[in-house]
Amino acid sequence: MNTLEFSIIVAAVSAVAGFLGALTGLGGGVVITPVLILLLGVDLRYAIGATLVSVIATSSGAAAAYVKEGFSNIRVGMFLEIATTVGAVVGAAVATRTPASALAVIFGLILLYSAWDSMRQKSEQAAPRGCDPLAERLRLSSTFPGPEGPTAYGVCRVKTGFGLMFGAGVLSGLLGIGSGAVKVLAMDRAMSIPFKVSTTTSNFMIGVTAAASAGIYLSRGYIAPGLAMPVMLGVLAGSMLGARFLMGARVRALRLLFGCVVAALALEMIYSGATGKL
Amino acid sequence: MDTAEHDRGVEVVIGTLLRWGVVISAAVVFAGAIGWLAHSGAQPRDYLHFHSEARDLRTISGVLAGAARLSWAHVIQLGLLLLIATPVARVAFTVFAFWGERDWMYVAITLLVLAILLFSLLGGQHSI
Repeated sequence: MNTLEFSIIVAAVSAVAGFLGALTGLGGGVVITPVLILLLGVDLRYAIGATLVSVIATSSGAAAAYVKEGFSNIRVGMFLEIATTVGAVVGAAVATRTPASALAVIFGLILLYSAWDSMRQKSEQAAPRGCDPLAERLRLSSTFPGPEGPTAYGVCRVKTGFGLMFGAGVLSGLLGIGSGAVKVLAMDRAMSIPFKVSTTTSNFMIGVTAAASAGIYLSRGYIAPGLAMPVMLGVLAGSMLGARFLMGARVRALRLLFGCVVAALALEMIYSGATGKL
Repeated sequence: MDTAEHDRGVEVVIGTLLRWGVVISAAVVFAGAIGWLAHSGAQPRDYLHFHSEARDLRTISGVLAGAARLSWAHVIQLGLLLLIATPVARVAFTVFAFWGERDWMYVAITLLVLAILLFSLLGGQHSI
């Protein structure tokens, strides 16, 4: 297989991953890494570097569309980015000293969690203001466009959320993913932020978190232009198309199917890592 | 103008910034890809084994110098660097937005995030 053929295959696979990732809300990056490693035999480090770059592209592209809707909370995002960026720098530094087999197992576990998370029920409940005094001091409470005009919501358990965000940042830096599922966990579950606000703010944060570890990956030589190029262009094209289709599409069955595929990939990653095949 | 309204205006500018960052970097990567594939598309390539990229593909100065020579791999890498710079530019812009609101606490928070990003991007450059 020469470079042209390889690039076309990687771009096509990335486009499919990006399309399904956008449609199901799982994100393309979390799927493309195992596909590159398990199906195309790419080295884990190159796969992580290429994926991280594509994560910045998709999250920035999607965030550009989301901000217009007025759901994302810029203060919550910026405050929590302190935790995610520090975490990402730590994660990227640890990644270069962690054996590939261990990374594969951790990756598989996160993938499994993401697949499960994409299928659970989401709540749009708004917590009352004053839920956590720290949130009021940081002016994190805000409003989102609800069915009956702007709906006010409070933010709870700020310290727990901040801690979880550090963890999300470490995972992002360690595995080269956006770790959107963990970010949403921190905001939606711990801080009781309405789901739509959590997902759009998480998306807003993913690019910044990824940029924090990208510099370290670049200087370590993990970002191979020939591989990152088809991955980035493919995922970007696929996810843009997926976002178009998302408008009014019935994705429940597809989400279930894709969740199963991702879970299978996750188990394969854990198996390959545990048996030392990577 | 109340805070929520100002925030909305800021977010629209940020949305535009992000969109252009992605469009420009994708265009540069695509241009580099055409040149690179036309030049060395017929050669085999190995990503199965990790052998760290060449030194000048790992530093910002090396990438800029290579792209100026129209070395296609460096042009692709320049596009990827522009992409990485997009969220950094977003954070930098947000500093000014909070400054305009005289929200000093968030000016400080955003500057801290910016400092961490710049530390990561530029700090690693010296250890090579």
